[in-house]
Amino acid sequence: MKIAVCIKRTPDSESRFRIAASGTGIDETGLKFDIDDFASYAVEVALQLNEKTGGGDTVVYAVGPDVVQETLRKAMSMGATRAVQLKSDTQPADGLAVAKALAAELSTGGYDLVLFGKHAFDTSAGIVGTATAELLGIPCVTAATKLDIANGRGTARRELEGAAEVVEFPLPAAVTIDEGIARPRYPSLKGIMAAKKKPLEVKPAQLGETRVTVTKMELPPDRPAGRIIGEGAAAVPELVRLLQTEAKVL
Amino acid sequence: MANVLVFAETRNNTLRKVALEAVTAARALADATGGGQVHALVAGPSGVQAAAEQLGQYGADAVIAVEHAGLATFNREVVAATLATRAKSGSYRAVVLGFSAQGRDLGPRVAAKLDAPIVTDVTEIQASGDALVVKHPAYANKVIVTLRVTGPLAVVAVRPNAITSAPNAHTAAMETMAPAIDPAAAKVVVKEVVEGGRDKIDLGEAPVIVAGGRGLKAAENFTILEDLAAAFGNAAVGATRAVTDDGWRPHSDQIGQTGRQVSPQLYIAAGISGAIQHLAGMRTSKTIVAINRDKDAPIFKVADYGIVGDVLEVVPVLTAAVRDVKSKH
Repeated sequence: MKIAVCIKRTPDSESRFRIAASGTGIDETGLKFDIDDFASYAVEVALQLNEKTGGGDTVVYAVGPDVVQETLRKAMSMGATRAVQLKSDTQPADGLAVAKALAAELSTGGYDLVLFGKHAFDTSAGIVGTATAELLGIPCVTAATKLDIANGRGTARRELEGAAEVVEFPLPAAVTIDEGIARPRYPSLKGIMAAKKKPLEVKPAQLGETRVTVTKMELPPDRPAGRIIGEGAAAVPELVRLLQTEAKVL
Repeated sequence: MANVLVFAETRNNTLRKVALEAVTAARALADATGGGQVHALVAGPSGVQAAAEQLGQYGADAVIAVEHAGLATFNREVVAATLATRAKSGSYRAVVLGFSAQGRDLGPRVAAKLDAPIVTDVTEIQASGDALVVKHPAYANKVIVTLRVTGPLAVVAVRPNAITSAPNAHTAAMETMAPAIDPAAAKVVVKEVVEGGRDKIDLGEAPVIVAGGRGLKAAENFTILEDLAAAFGNAAVGATRAVTDDGWRPHSDQIGQTGRQVSPQLYIAAGISGAIQHLAGMRTSKTIVAINRDKDAPIFKVADYGIVGDVLEVVPVLTAAVRDVKSKH
């Protein structure tokens, strides 16, 4: 199968973040960046689907400045065949603009399946995958926790709010991937060496007009320092009193 | 004058809490941009219109009911097409919906159909001249981002529980609208719905959440949290990733960076140490209570009220006390 996987470069989610001097971004000093977790699940799913049928083509795409090349190489070291960077000066904050750039590129790719993470850790906006599918005019299933492809049709499971559903859809289609679907492989040394020689094409991102811009980033107000009110079951009456009189939630 | 179109989410022909929050946000936006009208669209099988009548009390000037037998379960392709058709037909400034499972699915589709910029997981909306200025928590709630959105029409998905729904009595005109595409023509077909308990309050909307971690020691001990949730009456039970990974609780109950992100009025963390990934999912809760054996557990740093002790001992006593308070109301 010909599978495209659209990936994003994000900082390590366990980092302590500081705001950059500009006030409109995070301070990237000392942060470790890598392929976003959800995107890495999507790459793994693509590789497994193609391994099952033997052959196929897994192509990774990223929109952004040249630093995303490292992320694309990572995906190729996992096993993706080739990569395309849709180059922009900065990482755009306008999800629909990113979707337009991806759709313009993917529309002529002849893909059976286009995979995304369900969202990326940094913005958690969850816009790009679904919007790209809509622009391509192909069916889209979001937040899949299971995906099977057979005879030109896909079956996916989605965990919803307090329920789960199983859906069926025809190919070509787009699927955004939730966690728990597959454990992303670590690149082997051989994979890392091979990735250096795999083709990475750079093209300008056709973002069109960007209409969403970041005007400010700030740290949330700190929660007041925690307070221990007592030990064991003996502290319950005091807790109940505070919940009633101070927090007023009971 | 700018009108605002709202998608008022329903499930089984009952309005969801996030629908009231979306209408409240839309009302405030319409008022801030010159007093336009708020039109709330609902979609479902026969009876959904009746369920939506109360939206006038929250500021809707019109309820647009899309009733069709093929909409008994949520049909994203039909609802997205119908919302977009309606949005094109009027002079709308914004389409507002909830950033729930349904809204996450609909928002980007509607935005792409309308070629309108979209912002999601929004906790505040303001009009600023010709632009909208919104806030949304990012980097797992560790950074607050302010975004400026330009263009005549925008799609805004609001974070559940972030905007307090407020009564604002308007007289809602009742309209009906046919689905923009035939529900039978949808390309993605739902084959099976595995209900995780229809009567359960969803974690995203529950005013009170009782969550458990490894400190519960065994899957069956979650019954004491179920009992505490039942004593509150309006509570949902959540879990840490360690617990859902071990299969003690379903994956959908996971609260944290990679699971649900919740902001209830009251969050009770029972036997949860407070790993940073878990805190990312609940630190915006209004009041946090922690019960843990280890007095040095990081959860106590964010807990408004902490009790050092064994959850198996403390929780049943708390349940009895809450039941007692509730019985006197």
